[in-house]
Amino acid sequence: MPLLEIKNLTVAFDTSVGLFKAVEGIDLHVDAREVLAIVGESGSGKSVEMLAVMGLLPPTATVTADRMMFDGKDLLNMSVADKRKIIGKDIAMIFQEPVASLNPCFTIGFQLEETLRFHLGMDKRTRRARAIELLEQVGIRDAASRLSAFPHQMSGGQCQRVMIAIAIACNPKLLIADEPTTALDVTVQKQILDLLVRLQAEHGMGLIMITHNIGVVAETADRVIVQYRGHKMEESDVLTLFTAPKSGYTRALLSALPDNATGDRLPTIGEYVEAAS
Amino acid sequence: MTTPVLETRHIVRDYHVGGSLFGGQRTIRAVKDATLSVHKGKTLAIVGESGSGKSTLARILTLIDEPTSGELFIEGEKIDIARQGVSKQLRRKVQMVFQNPYGSLNPRQKIGDVLAEPLAINTDMPASERADRAMAMLKKVGLGTEHFNRYPHMFSGGQRQRIAIARALMLNPSLLVLDEPVSALDLSVQAQILNLLADLQDEFQLTYVFISHDLSVVRYIADDVMVMYLGDVVEQGTREEVFANPRHEYTQALFAATPRADVEHIKARLARRAATA
Repeated sequence: MPLLEIKNLTVAFDTSVGLFKAVEGIDLHVDAREVLAIVGESGSGKSVEMLAVMGLLPPTATVTADRMMFDGKDLLNMSVADKRKIIGKDIAMIFQEPVASLNPCFTIGFQLEETLRFHLGMDKRTRRARAIELLEQVGIRDAASRLSAFPHQMSGGQCQRVMIAIAIACNPKLLIADEPTTALDVTVQKQILDLLVRLQAEHGMGLIMITHNIGVVAETADRVIVQYRGHKMEESDVLTLFTAPKSGYTRALLSALPDNATGDRLPTIGEYVEAAS
Repeated sequence: MTTPVLETRHIVRDYHVGGSLFGGQRTIRAVKDATLSVHKGKTLAIVGESGSGKSTLARILTLIDEPTSGELFIEGEKIDIARQGVSKQLRRKVQMVFQNPYGSLNPRQKIGDVLAEPLAINTDMPASERADRAMAMLKKVGLGTEHFNRYPHMFSGGQRQRIAIARALMLNPSLLVLDEPVSALDLSVQAQILNLLADLQDEFQLTYVFISHDLSVVRYIADDVMVMYLGDVVEQGTREEVFANPRHEYTQALFAATPRADVEHIKARLARRAATA
């Protein structure tokens, strides 16, 4: 049984010019201990899908699906109260802008312990010990004294480590990472990706990696879903994707990589879209 | 040997920070001893992470800031903006394109006016001729005349970057400094903009200083590469030299950290992963 299984997911937004479907008819599943990458450019619906799973979309969004099961529980017909027990505990998410996703008014220790208190009901002493342990796990040196630091006192990479520590605090079964390294420098990106993959293996988590970066896919994923304008273009294991991509869109995407440039001009996806329509 | 379009000798830039009633002033040396030269029709890429001083150097090259010490030559002429200021004639020679196409265009100014403004400020051209030139430039960067009277919010990120490039080219500059011009763009749009830059370089014999942290883009577009780290120029050479044989530790670390999308690399990673699971 897959850890997360979604069938025929459609997300529509009510706009002033009528209904806009950001995601249409997407099926996806991810197993425990698996790294699934969802790749697409802006407007492909890759983030919206996962926000729908988390229940974080604004009220203008209508989410419909034939099936949305997580770990044997039906996420579609679940009460809000029940959902709150799962979100942040069994399913955790980290976002693109680490500095913006932490609350600037509280110390990182407070924000870490908040999760532990809310979901696990730990007492003060155990919370503190666990918070230190978590910071050490994500590679923050001098963890005990860093607990009293505020987000603005840390670098972007360190803030992302703190976000990861908060996300894995309750040993989630599924971790969703939405462009976790886009705002970071290349050398820091490498550290964060290595950290995510290491934690994923150690904890036996399922990991969904949302990204627009083909290189990040190549470095982390087991299986890949390629999306374009709300539709799934391709689903393949990572090696197939790079050796024998099935869809024309994937081929166009791969050939637009400057790494793969052959002539003195790059092929562009516009050419593909025009050819397809 | 022809005179280089741009040449610097031992450029240093200090910033003074702090210096309040209670705290002592500190000096930060953002750029330490940068010497470079770029010839007509060539592209120099400056690579570095946040805090490397690459944007500070860009501000000096585009005559926004003066260097603390060192010499700057444009088309063989010594420039000292601290003493002489920037003449209109000099301003026409150097133009800049910024990273964020959303932030660098005035939201209340029509595109036609955006493009004509540099002419209005720096030349005595009559309004009708300015409009004609703006129209011609729009076509040159792949937009249509129907875009002339639209506002920036009506354009996508890629189109806005085309507009920013068009504005920079209005004065027929000999040197264009591009600060991360494609890092905010999707892969397919990035390919279009890189192609446009290559086309324009061929047509007008433009000289580019291309600032980037993305090594795959740099490898594609640059003739010469300069790597900066914490204000120091740690590596400098032709693209072939730097990519084939990076000498400095930091350059090597940068290469090692860049995600790779080649099949052998993915196979090796999957094998490692299977071994540890």
